[in-house]
Amino acid sequence: MSTAPDTRPVEPVSAAPAGTHRLFAAGPAADHGTHLRTYGPVPESPDPSGLVRILKESGLTGRGGAAFPAWRKLEATASARGGVFAPAPVVIANGAEGEPLSFKDRVLLHNAPHLVLDGLLAVARALNASRIHLHTTAGNIAPVERAIAQRRDARGIRISEAEESFLSGEASAVVNALHTGSAVPVDRVRRLSEDGLKGRPTLVQNVETLAHIGLIARFGAQWFRSAGTPHDPGTRLVSVSGDVPAERVLEIAGGARLDDVLREAGADPASLSAVLVGGFHGRWVAPAGRRLSAADPSMQAVPPGAGILHALGAHRCGLAETARITSYLAGQSARQCGPCMFGLPALASAMARLASGEDDPTLPAELERLGLSVAGRGSCHHPDGTARLVGSALEAFAADVAHHLDGYCNRKARP
Amino acid sequence: MDEVLWAAGRATGFVSLALMTLSTVLGILVRSGRRAPGMPRFAWTLVHRNAALLATAFLGIHVGSLMLDSYAKLDPVDVVVPFLGAYKPFWQGLGTVALDLLLAVVVTALLRHRIGPRAFRAVHLLTYAMWPVAVAHAVGNGTDGTSAWFLLSAAAAVVVVGAAAAWRLSAGFIESAALRRAGTRRGETA
Amino acid sequence: MTRNRATRNRATGNRATPGTSRGGGSATLHIDWTRCDGRGLCTELLPDLLVRDDWGYPLAAGRPAGEQTNVPLGREDLPAAGDAVALCPRLALSLRRR
Repeated sequence: MSTAPDTRPVEPVSAAPAGTHRLFAAGPAADHGTHLRTYGPVPESPDPSGLVRILKESGLTGRGGAAFPAWRKLEATASARGGVFAPAPVVIANGAEGEPLSFKDRVLLHNAPHLVLDGLLAVARALNASRIHLHTTAGNIAPVERAIAQRRDARGIRISEAEESFLSGEASAVVNALHTGSAVPVDRVRRLSEDGLKGRPTLVQNVETLAHIGLIARFGAQWFRSAGTPHDPGTRLVSVSGDVPAERVLEIAGGARLDDVLREAGADPASLSAVLVGGFHGRWVAPAGRRLSAADPSMQAVPPGAGILHALGAHRCGLAETARITSYLAGQSARQCGPCMFGLPALASAMARLASGEDDPTLPAELERLGLSVAGRGSCHHPDGTARLVGSALEAFAADVAHHLDGYCNRKARP
Repeated sequence: MDEVLWAAGRATGFVSLALMTLSTVLGILVRSGRRAPGMPRFAWTLVHRNAALLATAFLGIHVGSLMLDSYAKLDPVDVVVPFLGAYKPFWQGLGTVALDLLLAVVVTALLRHRIGPRAFRAVHLLTYAMWPVAVAHAVGNGTDGTSAWFLLSAAAAVVVVGAAAAWRLSAGFIESAALRRAGTRRGETA
Repeated sequence: MTRNRATRNRATGNRATPGTSRGGGSATLHIDWTRCDGRGLCTELLPDLLVRDDWGYPLAAGRPAGEQTNVPLGREDLPAAGDAVALCPRLALSLRRR
């Protein structure tokens, strides 16, 4: 446990949030005053590089899907290029949230934008960044602008509008959109931390990750770790959708049990055939005995990705649902890379044939062949993610696959 | 001496044009991506490139010998600025235009790794302008330009290049086009 | 020039089993998929490394997904890989240090 001064608040402030109710402790649509009364100010840190140390201790990983350790990204950007003429770094808050099933970033920006801004500014200070961007979809811009107007320290933040497309939130697509207006990924030969926006070291961080940083900067690493598990410390937001009473955003602890989360959302896990965890690039799992945990090697852990949980009732056909999703993903290809441009429609077509009960026993093998042929071939992970989804569907709905190949589907409803 | 230079000028002009024709046709055909007879695709690409470079070399001798020939009255200026020549200024000017275009195409092709694929391709398309201009120059300005054998070979070249270009514009030109439209090897559509 | 390399490789039986590690390589062949148009010249120059997929694009035969964009090269592949980089009509290839 570190006893360095900058991990503790400078003066006594409001108590650090207890339990897992952290990000929305200031209430809905909190203005700056309410925000400060709830959390207190972010202490001035005399040592910007101390942020890297605190984040490393906290174990915070990215909440945008890839779960990359936040401290490592920050350190890579900070140490990118030294010297007197080194180009100053750029920080980009990524609120593009291109996944249709994800809405946690929207809810966060509408209700706790000040936490996001606190984290964004803390990171920018640590990097001595020359440019600070916040990139988000049209519907979120107004609350962010309102929040910025309420404070003095956020005037330099440039807000930009993100396209409403699946790939618009991919890190290189964000940088490309800011630079050229085209929200498609680019071929990356160097990391963004070395060579990003206009050649500057660039840090792209999900808005929820920045919100957590805003709290860690106040209450320290040990506080952050007081929720969650050693493998998966802290809390995360999840977007729960599908066969649940209502779509909700929940804040849950790291390593939470999936069926507990579903119950909290008002669903009965026993009535579900599967849950899509991690969104359209995630995996279908049966909820029983599973924990939502990034970086946990145990068998029951399933990576939550960007916290998307889509529940599939037992009356629905998972293959039909997967066929719809795969078709959507094929349509969302940036159409730059051959394997994606041609491979994903082929995958979608084969999936549709399986879902429609076509009598072709070679379909599962064909799906596997197509999945293998697109994986790793493209300038972003769109092909890999799609292949992963299809693979997990064939596994999770193996019984349905057998029925479909026999020409029938025993699920009652068809989406 | 003048006669030797004059003869060299004529011969190298003809050879240069023939090589340009070969290079142009190969450049069009290789683009289809099909397996070519006799050699792998990359080998034909090299023939395309080498023919163009040889054509440039012969063009250099063509221009050089005519500059040294006192009868042709070719100025260094005429090499880059068209239509200023003393002898048949229009047709000679076409030669200058073709030379300028060829130089642009060849230099950008040699430097394409530095200028990037888009700039390279944009200039390379000028070949479609360069080649007909070179043929017109040969017909209009060449000593043998209007002789039967030359007109016949020029006509043949025009037919060949024209046919290749027409094929280039057709839907089935790219080898994998049908497969890419169809979806997979099994011919499904998305 | 290099056009006999493919035939030479076949002639000397220098055909590695797909997926085996190749001797002493320190470089990878990086494919810029946003430029690649599946023209296939690289698959001719590196027939032991690359095959064409259903749509003509290069596929590193027998290699896992993580080695499809940055294809590991053995020392013996370097000359042909250099040719592929130079000849690719779309400038989609580059050599990178491993």
